[in-house]
Amino acid sequence: MGDSKDGVKGKRVVFVTVGTTCFDALVKVVDSQQVKDELLRRGYSNLLIQMGRGSYLPTKSSGDDGSLAVDYFTFSSSIADHLRSASLVISHAGSGSIFETLQLGKPLIVVVNEDLMDNHQSELAEELAERRHLYCARPPTLCQTIAGMDLKSLVPYSPGDATPVAKLINRYLGFPEE
Amino acid sequence: MEKNTGCPFSNLSPNLGITCFIAFITVILVRVLYVIYWTGKPLNKRSPQQTLSTLIVLGSGGHTAEMINLLLVLQKDRFTPRFYIAAATDNMSLQKARVLENSWADSQSGVERISAEFMQIYRSREVGQSYVTSVWTTLVATAHALWLMIKIRPQVVLCNGPGTCIPLCVIAFIFKVIGIRWSSIFYVESIARVKKLSLSGLLLYKLQIADQFFVQWPQLQRKYPRAHYVGCLIFVNKSCVSESIKAQQADTDIVQTQDQLPNIRT
Repeated sequence: MGDSKDGVKGKRVVFVTVGTTCFDALVKVVDSQQVKDELLRRGYSNLLIQMGRGSYLPTKSSGDDGSLAVDYFTFSSSIADHLRSASLVISHAGSGSIFETLQLGKPLIVVVNEDLMDNHQSELAEELAERRHLYCARPPTLCQTIAGMDLKSLVPYSPGDATPVAKLINRYLGFPEE
Repeated sequence: MEKNTGCPFSNLSPNLGITCFIAFITVILVRVLYVIYWTGKPLNKRSPQQTLSTLIVLGSGGHTAEMINLLLVLQKDRFTPRFYIAAATDNMSLQKARVLENSWADSQSGVERISAEFMQIYRSREVGQSYVTSVWTTLVATAHALWLMIKIRPQVVLCNGPGTCIPLCVIAFIFKVIGIRWSSIFYVESIARVKKLSLSGLLLYKLQIADQFFVQWPQLQRKYPRAHYVGCLIFVNKSCVSESIKAQQADTDIVQTQDQLPNIRT
């Protein structure tokens, strides 16, 4: 499935990424028949899963029989390429994955890992969901989110800017304004 | 108790020993209050040509990405020489900083020597380490941090968490109290913190160690009024933008309207 870069016309890839974490609950739920059916119904043709350190192996499928084509890998140095060729990204709640996807302008569903102890990561996903930059789900609600999502209503994320901080630091240190 | 004060007159008269001890504590306390009073007060005007030695504490993953974004817009000729410190277990962060410094060196075409140093620091406690052994490792880590700080004596400290920056910032604060070096400490809370500060952020804010404290969400600024709200630090670099535009044209699912989100500025 290395040919996902410039896919055949009509090929619409859902890319699932868990980063460097172990998030079997997410891999399991995207591998469930219910979610796969829903993705197929929404017009997606391929499911590519980056499963990280997880141990649950999804079932591969070529998709020849009209079902969703499923493939997976653990890690890759070309995550950015996979993100770029995706039509929908389903990601864990790490800020790196979230912003990389948003900056590429890809529709994003963030799935919060409920098993993490100090789960401050859900804060970021929920806040960005409130601002309609992405959808936020938990593993049990993912299927519902996919069924109900309206990608046209998502607000594009406008990139941030570090110059306000730089300005304040310079002003504090007594450097003249430029 | 008074015998152990280290005061040379303590064996002459116990009263004198106690007086020495109390005087010493008072001087330290007054000095600490003096430092806290001046913490956060802007420095005097200086010429744009002046340079400041800068310590940059790199966190990991997302923290490092945010720090690199800040470094990209800071004036490299003012904040020089630069010292990068990352945890000994984190190989990626220093690598990213090296790539950044090399790209600057290339664009300078050797007119001006870029001076940057890269260092690693021991962590006081690794994930899963037992508390008994962590007493020893904390001591080693503190001694190591002290050694590095004595060598660097930075005028500016830039950090954005997590824990690695705490011992370094505390030492910088102690240097201010003792009078070794008056440094300005800047802390930027991570974008991932929306409603609550991280533990490192909370410590530096509450103990008034950070001179300037930046947050990336308005609701945090309302909760911590001494913080400055600066909006999101992370931005797209140019090559990334063009890529995403190409990708957008190719993909029908992408929302087309490029508007609405108010641009955040202070």
